[in-house]
Amino acid sequence: MNPKRRQKIVFSLLFISSLLVITPIFLIFFFIFKEGIKVISWEFLTTSPARMGGGGVFPAIVGTLYLTLGTVLISVPLGVLAGIYLSEYAKENLLTRLVKLAIINLAGVPSIVYGLFGLGLFVIFLRFGASLLSGCFTLSIMVLPIVITATKEALNNVPQSFREVSLSLGATKWQTIRYCVLPYAFGGILTGVILSIGRASGETAPILFTAAAFYLPHLPRSIFDQVMALPYHLYVVATQVPGVERRVSYGICLVLVVLVILIDLIALITRYQIRKKKLW
Amino acid sequence: MNLKKIREFIIERLIFLGGMASIIFVILIFAFLLKEGLPFFRIYPLKDFLGGRFWYPISEPVQFGIKPLILGSLIVTGGAILIVVPLGLATAIFIAEIARGKTKEILKCSIEFLETTPSVVIGFIGLVVLAPFIRKVFSLPTGLTALCGSIMLAIMSTPTVVSIMEDAITAVPKVYKEAALAIGATHWQTIWRVILPAASSGIMAAVMLGIGRCIGETMVVLMVTGNAAVIPKTLLQPVRTLTATIASEMGEVVQGSEHYFALFALGIILFSLSFIVNLIADFFIHKGVK
Repeated sequence: MNPKRRQKIVFSLLFISSLLVITPIFLIFFFIFKEGIKVISWEFLTTSPARMGGGGVFPAIVGTLYLTLGTVLISVPLGVLAGIYLSEYAKENLLTRLVKLAIINLAGVPSIVYGLFGLGLFVIFLRFGASLLSGCFTLSIMVLPIVITATKEALNNVPQSFREVSLSLGATKWQTIRYCVLPYAFGGILTGVILSIGRASGETAPILFTAAAFYLPHLPRSIFDQVMALPYHLYVVATQVPGVERRVSYGICLVLVVLVILIDLIALITRYQIRKKKLW
Repeated sequence: MNLKKIREFIIERLIFLGGMASIIFVILIFAFLLKEGLPFFRIYPLKDFLGGRFWYPISEPVQFGIKPLILGSLIVTGGAILIVVPLGLATAIFIAEIARGKTKEILKCSIEFLETTPSVVIGFIGLVVLAPFIRKVFSLPTGLTALCGSIMLAIMSTPTVVSIMEDAITAVPKVYKEAALAIGATHWQTIWRVILPAASSGIMAAVMLGIGRCIGETMVVLMVTGNAAVIPKTLLQPVRTLTATIASEMGEVVQGSEHYFALFALGIILFSLSFIVNLIADFFIHKGVK
């Protein structure tokens, strides 16, 4: 066959494959919005669920926000420190190689295994019980690789000359990092942080045994209380409670999706603003 | 002066500790899985665990054979990989080499969008949209089958597979392509004979990471595969995976019971599987462009 014709055929096939890949994405969001919008009301968003799974989703929204906030408070300081270490301090040696390997592995550990680990360490061994605290710690370790990688990349993107100038003026290494490197990497770090928020707010498996409550009409009163969470609420209502109308599940699904989309939009906008404002 | 030195010292120690955190957590995870999982083998023989054909954790006598669970995980993952690798590679080539302007933006954006979609949402759509469809098309008693799980997992792992493959293709030096085009090869011949071979290790890494995501995914398979712990013969029957077993049974076990330890033993297996898959992926990534 003529190579030109063959190329035409192959390229059309590639185009069709790409369409096949993105069609389900549009279908998924189409179904969620079309069905979910029917149950969304002020009441749905602001009241507690009924005992058998109908009713509002307010405690689940708040629970998810609490879990996410706690996760950020724990994972960001730790992740940023680790990112600084890898970018500014680590030498090319076995230890650094091990740290990198550990990060890759943390990123690849199945989420349910984090759930088991959280149960073993935080819930049982440290006696936190199934609680907000255990859930936040478990989620934090899960999103740690995202924060570390984002911090490392953001720091690597700051030109080497910035450091050299600062050091040549007699600043110490930490002063250089603090005043001449971190401020310019701030945006990149923020993007990573927001992405990890998106991930933490949508995860179910790690909080199954560490934090999530099946039914809790009030808000958590302390960090040792269990919480409801949107992803777990969706799972329970969709699969475990017989007789709940389908559209209620669609409604919960829509709230969760909109929440995650909002978070990601913020990340996208931040990233866009930084690229626009790049100073060097 | 001294205060400054002390502060600097403390901060640098903290940074070092932060750097070591990942190693500490990997070790902690493994240690706690072993601590809660190993006692199981004191009460239940390893041979029956690995080779047993039945997972009956609450019948009398109990049986903890993980063969059906392992095969369940493998069949669902295998199906997903068969779908996502060819389609993902085609999409990655299209995005990296052929698509321009708006088309490229739309493709990249929608795939990025999918990446951030919670897995429970994808599982839910599989449950309410795909499963009834499969039931009707194949006239089955239930649509919650390995096939349903494979398709939803393929959708879920698309972003991982496509973005890493695309990176691998983009990373091939431009001169390779220019050289091929200059001696008269068509664009497709260049892609097929020059770019893809040069990007092959990155593509393999994408496949491995895709496998890792599928084996470890919990919510999607828990919601759409029907969760019957039988040794699967076809894609059209319900199966139960390692992850779904832990997720659905841990909530009901008595802490410290045989069943509790058995679920942690499943965790050890999952952790080891993902460890191996990630090591292989890491190997391919470091091999880099040929």
